[in-house]
Amino acid sequence: MEENYKLSHLKELEAESIHIIREVAAEFENPVMLYSIGKDSSVMVRLAEKAFYPGKVPFPLMHIDSKWKFKEMIQFRDEYAKKYGWNLIVESNMEAFRAGVGPFTHGSKVHTDLMKTQALLHALDKYKFDAAFGGARRDEEKSRAKERIFSFRDRFHQWDPKNQRPELWDIYNTRIHKGESIRVFPLSNWTELDIWQYIRLENIPIVPLYFAKMRPVVEIDGNLIMPDDDRLPEKYRDKIQMKMVRFRTLGCWPLTGAVESNADTIEKIVEEMMTTTKSERTTRVIDFDQEASMEQKKREGYF
Amino acid sequence: MENNNKIDIKAFLDKDEQKDLLRFLTAGSVDDGKSTLIGHLLYDSKKIYEDQLDALKRDSKRIGNAGDHIDYALLLDGLKAEREQGITIDVAYRYFSTNNRKFIIADTPGHEQYTRNMITGGSTANLAVILVDARLGVITQTRRHTFLVSLLGIKHVVLAVNKMDLVGFSETRFNEIVADYMQFVGQLGIPDVTCIPLSALEGDNVVEKSERTPWYHGKTLLDYLETVHIDNDHNLTDFRYPVQYVSRPNLDFRGFCAKVASGVVHKGDEVVALPSGKRSRVKSIVTYDGELDYAFPPQSVTLTLEDEIDVSRGDMLVHPDNMPCIGRNFEAMLVWMDEEAMDANKSFFIKQTTNTSRAHIDSIKYKVDVNTMEHLSIDNGKLTKETLPLQLNQIARVVITTARELLFDPFNKNKATGSFILIDPITNNTSAVGMIIDRIDDRDMLIDTDLPTLDLPRLGITPDHYDAVERAAKELYRQGIEVKIIK
Repeated sequence: MEENYKLSHLKELEAESIHIIREVAAEFENPVMLYSIGKDSSVMVRLAEKAFYPGKVPFPLMHIDSKWKFKEMIQFRDEYAKKYGWNLIVESNMEAFRAGVGPFTHGSKVHTDLMKTQALLHALDKYKFDAAFGGARRDEEKSRAKERIFSFRDRFHQWDPKNQRPELWDIYNTRIHKGESIRVFPLSNWTELDIWQYIRLENIPIVPLYFAKMRPVVEIDGNLIMPDDDRLPEKYRDKIQMKMVRFRTLGCWPLTGAVESNADTIEKIVEEMMTTTKSERTTRVIDFDQEASMEQKKREGYF
Repeated sequence: MENNNKIDIKAFLDKDEQKDLLRFLTAGSVDDGKSTLIGHLLYDSKKIYEDQLDALKRDSKRIGNAGDHIDYALLLDGLKAEREQGITIDVAYRYFSTNNRKFIIADTPGHEQYTRNMITGGSTANLAVILVDARLGVITQTRRHTFLVSLLGIKHVVLAVNKMDLVGFSETRFNEIVADYMQFVGQLGIPDVTCIPLSALEGDNVVEKSERTPWYHGKTLLDYLETVHIDNDHNLTDFRYPVQYVSRPNLDFRGFCAKVASGVVHKGDEVVALPSGKRSRVKSIVTYDGELDYAFPPQSVTLTLEDEIDVSRGDMLVHPDNMPCIGRNFEAMLVWMDEEAMDANKSFFIKQTTNTSRAHIDSIKYKVDVNTMEHLSIDNGKLTKETLPLQLNQIARVVITTARELLFDPFNKNKATGSFILIDPITNNTSAVGMIIDRIDDRDMLIDTDLPTLDLPRLGITPDHYDAVERAAKELYRQGIEVKIIK
């Protein structure tokens, strides 16, 4: 049989990601994979499993639980980690949680800063991780389009977009001083469509919230919010209605808008995506806080 | 109806999964219309969603520079700092796909940081699109961009002659520019050059064939990008497997994980581990998705061997009849990437494939003026001792000596094993990047005698501690610091 030396784009992206993941395992002392439970994380986690097969992945998975995640996400997280033998670390900003911080009372900005950014920075310091994988893609958002795959962070976990290390070929500069760290984005070159195709091709489990179903939702500031526990403010409670919806991204339930949809299979999701007129981050409330807000958050150390 | 639809999307996905990937670089000077061109490709390939478009329309009114047209350039300017300055400061990556292919664009700016940015963006590119303004023709920047593209070993170049609308779509003008460019590019040895007349702003020959250039019989830019053959860009001849990670999940399994840098390896092949020279055969090519009969670049796989030979990260598996250069001295083209100028006395870390060692820049043979391609050296009187050290964005042919033997090939034969980076040991910045020209004969090596030596008996270390000392030395070695141990 004649041999074929051509890779499809998905296989090429897969090979690139595996190479990146192995490089981190080989060059850093204490790496961690940040896990958001979303579809991109699900792909990244599978790529890590592939990178070390038949061995176990030599680093833990860490989820920063803002305490406002959908219950289905938490259940999925625990089941997945158990089934695939991952060492799972869950960290939260308990101090802020006990003080009652949440998006309804403190606004999305304060909530995100305290429950996500500060919780993450605290956890990274606590375990002294020197490299942290994130599932961000360059096609998601404009400031990410310019970030390196190996993104250097100073002692305060800050990103300096004007002082990035040149990154050539597949040779990654992994040298850091004590206290500094690197964020690594193995999915940098994947697009949203690539992610969905890969999930379909590889049968990767994802949180059922991505698929359309009749769910209770309430309209808040133009977003369809699904109340996931009893912390929905009183004033919205009589406005809940059942709608056929799904989620294009997953996060804190008060900050993640559902979209009306009938897509209950991956094929239908892709079809919807190809014909849709809204890009995925529009369902994420935090992006609207200020212009270039993601860049601001990155500078502060969030992702 | 619903059923039909479902079959269609399945068929679409099945086809889409099989598309290949083309990575290309775009280069142009300020105002060549590069961002407009990319914006147009993205726009026409329907990648731009409506809400991004809404934001764009809003921004165009506020800060746009394109008059009544949509300012496509704003789509590409990601960072706040540069939006304020109205310039792109670094490399931005863009993604789009057509029915036939997926594309990754590395968009690099044309202003004074050009060399560093272009080199960064171009290192993974299969192809480069170089823009010229039809009114100005081939200018200094065009020559500079083309030189850098040739330095990176990019095999396919498109000269996009933009703003044809401003020269009345003149065939004569286009032919002049092409002749001018071909004369220049001939010296650089780029195998595939294509010239296309277009107007990025008005869309002529970008996606659709323009009626205003009836004399042009070639492809439109997108058509060309969709069809250009890139399969043979990988080196499939010389098998090089730089071991990245050793997997030992249990006593029965020892796998060597790596990306196939070049060449093809088959199950059963005889291989040599370098630098030890020990031989074995490939027992299996393991992946999560099952074992393979053969592997090729850029696949990331795990090899197991028939025999238990010692192989660790930084070692390389190759075929016995096809060896790389093994040595500590070579000549290379070096591009300085650091704000801090080169200090000739400094010893750098060198990272090449999966190896890290210490390196010293022994001499600078000559610098290249990227605008004229002229060689500048002390010998020809164009450089003095003071102007010799490399500064940011400068390029030179240098001689490098490394503390450990490296396993390499000339860059023009093998990009993956012929490239390296130099890292400043104090700041950890990537100071320079290099492309190996060839090995040079080992000369008297001072470094050998310079090696720090641990004479264990003389230091009063008892043999039961030798293991621990050797382990520590091995860890130092991994970090590029070699220590000689006398037992």
